[in-house]
Parts: sequence; C-alpha cells; structure tokens
Amino acid sequence: MSSSRNTHVGKGDPGSLKLIATLSFAGLLSGLIIVLAYETTLPTITAYKAKVLEEAVFKVLPGVTSMQRLVYRDRALTVNDQVQKGDEAIFSGFDASGRLVGYAIPGAGPGFQDTIRLLYGYIPEQRKISGMEILESRETPGLGDKIYKDPAFVANFESLSVDPEIRAIKKGKPKAASDIDAITGATISSKAVVRIINEANRLWLPRLEQASGPEAER
Amino acid sequence: MAKHKEDLHQEFIKGIWRDNPVFVQVLGMCPMLAVTNTAVNALAMGAATFFVLVGSSFLVSSLRLWIPRQVRISTYIIIIATFVTVTDFTLEALVPKIHKELGAFIPLIVVNCMILGRQEAFASRNSVRLAVMDALGMAAGFLFALLSLGTVREILGEGKLFGFSLFGPDFEPWVIMILPPGGFLTLGLLLLFFSWVKERKQRLEQRLTQLESEAQ
Amino acid sequence: MNELLWIFVSALLINNFVLSYFLGLCPFLGVSGRLDTAFRLGLATIFVMLITALCSWFLNTYVLVYAPYLRLISFIVVIASTVQFIEMVIKKLSPALFKALGIFLPLITTNCAILGLAIFATNRGYGLAEGLVFAFGAGAGFTLALVLMAGIREEVELSDVPALIRGTAMNLIIAGILSMAFMGFAGLFSAT
Repeated sequence: MSSSRNTHVGKGDPGSLKLIATLSFAGLLSGLIIVLAYETTLPTITAYKAKVLEEAVFKVLPGVTSMQRLVYRDRALTVNDQVQKGDEAIFSGFDASGRLVGYAIPGAGPGFQDTIRLLYGYIPEQRKISGMEILESRETPGLGDKIYKDPAFVANFESLSVDPEIRAIKKGKPKAASDIDAITGATISSKAVVRIINEANRLWLPRLEQASGPEAER
Repeated sequence: MAKHKEDLHQEFIKGIWRDNPVFVQVLGMCPMLAVTNTAVNALAMGAATFFVLVGSSFLVSSLRLWIPRQVRISTYIIIIATFVTVTDFTLEALVPKIHKELGAFIPLIVVNCMILGRQEAFASRNSVRLAVMDALGMAAGFLFALLSLGTVREILGEGKLFGFSLFGPDFEPWVIMILPPGGFLTLGLLLLFFSWVKERKQRLEQRLTQLESEAQ
Repeated sequence: MNELLWIFVSALLINNFVLSYFLGLCPFLGVSGRLDTAFRLGLATIFVMLITALCSWFLNTYVLVYAPYLRLISFIVVIASTVQFIEMVIKKLSPALFKALGIFLPLITTNCAILGLAIFATNRGYGLAEGLVFAFGAGAGFTLALVLMAGIREEVELSDVPALIRGTAMNLIIAGILSMAFMGFAGLFSAT
C-alpha cells in the first residue's frame, strides 16, 4: 500500500498548487466562453420572449395594439418593466387610439397531469373574459390537450361573463352567460382551466376595481 | 499509413453498431427516453449531444498532457458543462420552440454518463484524431438510437413522422407511445430485438464452425 | 398550504421523477436488484435531494441573481462538493449512518435526478419551503419506484423467464408497466 503510494509520488506528483492552478484556469476559461455565448445570444432570446408574450396578450385581448406591464405592490398597480422574482404582474392592453381595452391576467394551478399556466384577457367595462391562451401544460395528448388544441373549447372564452362564477358544464346542457362547454373525455382538464381562471379572478378583480380610480387613467 | 486509416475508420464504426452507447452499453438513458416522443425532438437532442461530445473529446484529448490526474474528473466536468451551457443558449436563440419542448433536459446532458465515460475511457488516453473519430462514432450511434426511438414512438403514437401525417385520418393513434410508459416499452422492445439479432448471429456462427469441423 | 401539498403529491406520485420524467434511471436499473439495498439508496437520495434543494435555493437567491449564465456549472460544482463534505462529516460523526448511506452518496451526486431537481425547482421559481417539499416528494417518489421495482425483480428472479429477455430489456418493460400504473394517479389532485 505504502510502496505503491511512494512510486506514485516518485512518478512526479504535481503539487497542490498546480492542481489549484489547473482548476482555476479551467474555470476562468469556461466562465469566459460562457459569458461570451450569453452576451451573443441574449438579445435574440430576450426579443423572442418579449414577442411570444406580446402575441399572447394581443391574442387574448382582441383589438389591442400596445401593452404595459403592471406590478401590484403596496395595494397599488404601477407600470414596471423590470421583472423581479416574486412579482405579481398583469398586463394592460391599449387599442390604436390609446384607450385602455382590458387586462391580460396570468394564472397557474394543478391540471390533470402537471401544472397548467395560462393567460386570459379581462375587459372590466363588460365584466367579461375576452380570450384564453394556454402557455404551458402537460395534459394527456389526444384528450386533455384539447384545452388548447380544440378551437371550440378555446372559443368558449371569447366573451364569457365572470359573474357569478365560471362553470364547466356538459355539452348540450342549458347554459348561463358564465358557463362553458366541458370537453368530452377531458372534464378534469376543462374544470382545471375554469378553476385557475376563477381563482385568478378572485385575486385580481377586486384589485383592479380598487385601482381603477381616476388617478389610474392614462 | 493504410493501417492507420483503418484504425480511424474502426473507431468511428464501432460507436454506431458494435458498441452503440444506447443499445449495447445502455448509457445515457434519461434524455434517451424523456425527449424521444417525436422524431424532431430526438433529432435536436441528438444534435446537441453530438456537439457537446465531439467538442469535449477534442478539448480533453488535446489538453490531456496538461491535466493532472487528481483533478481530471472535475476538469472534464467543467469542460462538458461549458459546452452544454453554450449549446443551451445557442438552441434557445436559434430554435426557441424546440428548446422549450426539451426544456430541462438540455442542461441534463452534463450528467449523461456516456459523455463523461468517453472522456475518461478514451479521449484522455488517445491522440486528438482518434479521440475525435471515437466521439463522432459514439455521438452518431447515440443520434441513431434517439432517432429510431423517436421515429417509432411518433409513428405509433401520433401517426406522423416529422410532423407529416402518414396514415390519414382513420388511424387511431396509440397515445400511450408518446406518454412515459411508451418510452420504457419501446426501448425495452428495441433492446430485446438487438439481443435477438445478436443471438441469431452467434447461433449461425456456431453452426458454421460445427459444419466446418464435421466436413474435416 | 394547498400549494405545498400539490407540489408534494405531484412529485411523489403524479409526476414521479423516475416513472414520468425518466430521471435517475441509472440507479433505478442498476441498484434495484435487492430490496434492502434499494431502500437504503432511496433514503440516501432523499437526503442528498434535501441538501440540493437548500444549495440551489441559496445559489439562486444570493449568487445567480447577478450571473444567471453560471447556473449549470455552479449547481454541479456546489452540489458535488457539498455532498462530498457532508459524506466526510458523517463518516467522522456516525460510522453506523455512514455504513448505511455512505457508499451511495458519491454515486448519487452524479445522478441526473439531483441536477434535474435543482433545474426544475429553479425553472418553476420555487422558494425555500416549496423547494424543500419538492425535494422530499421527489426523493420519496424515487424511493417508492425503486422499492417497487426491487420487489418485482426479486419475484421475477424465481420465475421462468426466457433467457433472451432477461436483463435490461425486461427491466425496462417492467418499468413501462409500473409507469402505466402510476399514470392512474393523474387527476388525483384536480378531480374534485
């Protein structure tokens, strides 16, 4: 045992200084390369992310041509483009003449398989939802994924009243203005979408009402 | 010189078939199963792994005389992680849609045991040319395996290949194939097929030697 | 509270790391031959996952805010060295515990489930409590899958299986069936 260690040392064991030097050199070089790649790709990535978000907002709020990011802090909504961790943010959409059309509100919650993330448009004047877009989900292909692949289901959310509460009802049953058709074979996914929107409504609608005083006008 | 060329050729070929990292060595399973629900995803994952493996092998074998034995694993990991991070950013900038589908599995290329294994077993002991040939072969073998799994799963699970419908609207897709269980089952059956081919070949060779000895 | 319960149940059953995300397959196929080893490996994994959650939360909150591009490299380096350090501490303080868990610790650190945990927790923006619950659920889910697999494999050892299919091919097919069974947990949380 000891002899083998000795021969090993005899072979020219590098001192710990050399080991540290090698590792720090490798770390330094790798850091340099990574920063370089990051700086080169960052503009493209940020631009794409902004584009995707903008497209989603414009889709759920028909007629909107520009948007602002609003952050809820200290019981007030303020325009803030700086994304921070733990932010509670929504988006306000304006039409071509600069008039406020409505808000795009994000929501998330458990679906059939994994967490569903979505964005929906809300028009405060009419107390109606104007559109819904699923941002992220892992629902079952062919069944649960109809929550974004089935145009008929998505169309449910164009002009949907939020009062008293949205409900998912079996196809063919009589419906109120706040009811949607559940997807046959994917009732749980449909209800999950409805629940996420209801929860977000409970959180945001009072805040929007409170904030929509005259000082919030632009 | 001719013999040398033969060697290079051998190093390349072995990764694709005889020592295929997935079907024979059963390495790199996580990305193998997680992202092969469609052929396109499989191709993107294969390409990313290809770049990382060939790049790391090249760097490791060219630096092999300067890396002290004691810290070699840490150095390899730093090298591999650098390549993976660069790949991650590049894919996000170039093909954001595919990047989103592959998601967390691109950073996980770092812990693909196949890549570290090639550095330790081959690149750190051989010349740059051999190491790159070996990496090319292994990466191609990995790509081949990913692609065959992705193709089978997409055809059966969606009735499509690279997004194009194959069987028309009357085909009822086997949804299970693009779900997690389908990954396990497809790879299990493919492995079974490979060992069946191998056994048949062995039996054939046995028969041949038997016949030869009988003829004498 | 509800949120934490969903994270836990999701990581444990519905989106099991092994059977749904394919993370940690190497130990799952390699060390699931015997029940007691599988169980101890599972416990060691839970332990390492909790440490990982702690490390990644710390890195995310205090370091990576300034340098997000170093995420991958710092995760690997910090997690591996922390686990190695703790391994040494356990060896010193409690040889019995080291005997039970110790040999598995270095093996686990290079396991994709660990890095996967850190990356998933970051992508989903989990805080400290959520991260720890997620880690515990994922580790327990890994243990559950491993123990189930080991139990089945011990039984299969004794049954008459054609030689051709024995080995990895059969284990993968068993895993496929287990994964199918776990799909039954989907909807568990949102069925109300």
